[in-house]
Amino acid sequence: MKNNILIIGGGPAGLEASAQLQRMGYNVILIERSAKLGGHLAKWDRLFPDRVPADEVLGGLLRAAEGVKCFTDTDIRAINRLEKSYNVRLTNGITVLSDAVLVASGFDLFNAVRKEEYGYGIYNQVMTNADLEAYFKTGNDKRIENPKKIGFVHCVGSRDEKSGCRSCSKVCCATAVKQAIEIKQAFPQAEVFCFYMDLRLFGRHYEDLYLEAQKEYGVRFIRGRVAEVSENYDGTLLVKAEDTVASKPLKVTLDLLVLMSGMRPSASVKELGEHLGMMVEEDGYFSVRSGISAGQRSPQPGIFLAGAATGPKTLPETLADARAAAMEIERYLTEIFPDARNYKQLVKERW
Amino acid sequence: MIYEGKQKIWSEYQKEIPDDHYFYVRSCIRQSFFPASEATFLDITRNVLGKDIFETEHHTTCGGIAYHSDTIPQETVMTIIARQFALMAKHGYENYVCSCITSFGLYCETMETWREYPELEAKIRENLWKSCKLEFAKPKFLVHASDLIYKYRNLIAAQAVRKLVNVHTGEPLKVVEHIGCHYSKMFPSKGVGGAEYPYVLVGMIEAWGGEIVDYPERRHCCGFGFRQYFIKGNRGYSLSNTHKKFESMEPFKPDLIITNCPGCPYFLDRWQYVIAESTGKTYGQDGHGIPALTYEEVAGLVMGYDPWDLGLQTHQVGVEPLLDKMGVEYDPAKKYLGKDGKDLGSPQPCACLK
Repeated sequence: MKNNILIIGGGPAGLEASAQLQRMGYNVILIERSAKLGGHLAKWDRLFPDRVPADEVLGGLLRAAEGVKCFTDTDIRAINRLEKSYNVRLTNGITVLSDAVLVASGFDLFNAVRKEEYGYGIYNQVMTNADLEAYFKTGNDKRIENPKKIGFVHCVGSRDEKSGCRSCSKVCCATAVKQAIEIKQAFPQAEVFCFYMDLRLFGRHYEDLYLEAQKEYGVRFIRGRVAEVSENYDGTLLVKAEDTVASKPLKVTLDLLVLMSGMRPSASVKELGEHLGMMVEEDGYFSVRSGISAGQRSPQPGIFLAGAATGPKTLPETLADARAAAMEIERYLTEIFPDARNYKQLVKERW
Repeated sequence: MIYEGKQKIWSEYQKEIPDDHYFYVRSCIRQSFFPASEATFLDITRNVLGKDIFETEHHTTCGGIAYHSDTIPQETVMTIIARQFALMAKHGYENYVCSCITSFGLYCETMETWREYPELEAKIRENLWKSCKLEFAKPKFLVHASDLIYKYRNLIAAQAVRKLVNVHTGEPLKVVEHIGCHYSKMFPSKGVGGAEYPYVLVGMIEAWGGEIVDYPERRHCCGFGFRQYFIKGNRGYSLSNTHKKFESMEPFKPDLIITNCPGCPYFLDRWQYVIAESTGKTYGQDGHGIPALTYEEVAGLVMGYDPWDLGLQTHQVGVEPLLDKMGVEYDPAKKYLGKDGKDLGSPQPCACLK
């Protein structure tokens, strides 16, 4: 009989790893704390750089994971380390004896309300990247009524020590460029501005996306941070920024401002870390055994990590990470776990 | 504007303000700019509300103006502050309330610096002992006088004889609030409501029946800004800051500006005269300006104080249109009479500003 493997988190990483491990013949149990599988991907409309529909990608992941035992609205109540395995009590009353645990707890979007000066939740015409994706998905948002001038603010809750978010979220620049193109497609007459610190567009075709935004859609990229946002008498937004290339302060009136909320560690990390006895680094993400050679192994034998649980990742990186985690679990369950007599020594040598 | 969003932020920036027993220190410049404001604060808190607010004639400047003009070493200014704290302790108080925003900012900065660098605090103790033979205790609670009026806003509302309401229309007066930069911009957690959407003055206006105006340049400096004004060559810059604010608030047609800083009401008041006389432009109704009052003056008005006892005649912008809107009775003939009834003389009328 093949081993039980518990996967925590039903986003792209959890789904991809589930599919891979099931294909290898393992008995996979997937738990998801929300009501629906798919994580943030389920809320997104299209994906950079090629603007493929998120639904298509998620559909593929869900089809591949068919047959996996999934429990939604389920969390961990308690977890005990046995000699080699983990005895996990779930909030739905079920207890699972698992030989390996994969943590794919994902990320949360930065709460843009915390950047008070940008006025999210205060001024009507300020929204986030997630709000805009929801609009693209549903075509419904009362904030968007034929806007003439639209701004995107990069790095909201990323590379910002003041708000306690030092790391780069990796995906926001590409998302902003993608969304700038999409909003231009929706409203061709609109002027679109992107306020950025640096453009961190490192992946294949990302540069093409950036050039397309400039050449074909006339998106204006302004290198400088937005200082403050306020509301004019007519409800439009007054945005103050600095254009560091022109070395001038800048003031522009916009109909809509989109804040690119960055990735933050999932709120579940703290609780999970306590349950599993796993360390969290200063940035709030889980520690790994080795950042270079063992990025999917936690310091605890038998506990693995995948996706944004260990830091911001793009979707392709997340899926590759999940596959790598599945391979690591396979290696552990075939090379280390079965040898009860030498288990501790093998862990010492090979974990 | 999403009011609930602001409420959420306000709920995160609340500070503990003890109800009673304060050592009070005055501002260097407010007594000349708005001579009755501090007296009104003491009268309301002591005589109307029955609070214990102690002051001594032995306190001095905090050194803030010199500090922000780069003309005094930080250790010297800290020693001056330490002496103020020593006076507080000597008189048996633990709660410190100051009238001046710059002082408040400097006290906050000093206490935070001592927290970060205890060795510096030790050195200041030594300095104070060597220079004055005094020992100091840090305040248990440090508040600005506007924090206290905010704390008492509902008590004041309960005793108010009128509201911030236009008696002719029944509509709430539209009020612009302007906090001093040193109130919470340096340490958002030290101010009621934080730095971006401060609540300290908003709370008063709401309690007293007015309606707050949030306009685009709300956060902008009043134009004082120390070196913008102290250096004569920079005064045009000071004026342009004030001008920017008035241009921004103009479409909202405010009836009144309320402030909690010594400099802000002065500059928002006097520069309206300069703008009017140099460009012909006025921002109030029918050629009038927009009165820029201190929070003590506004509290006094709702509590029924005589406007001339509140010192409102010392403002450049005439307050009569505001008094008429509020239904305040006043005797125009007494506007420029001293406390003893002696005629102090009237200023020359302005060419443009009514």
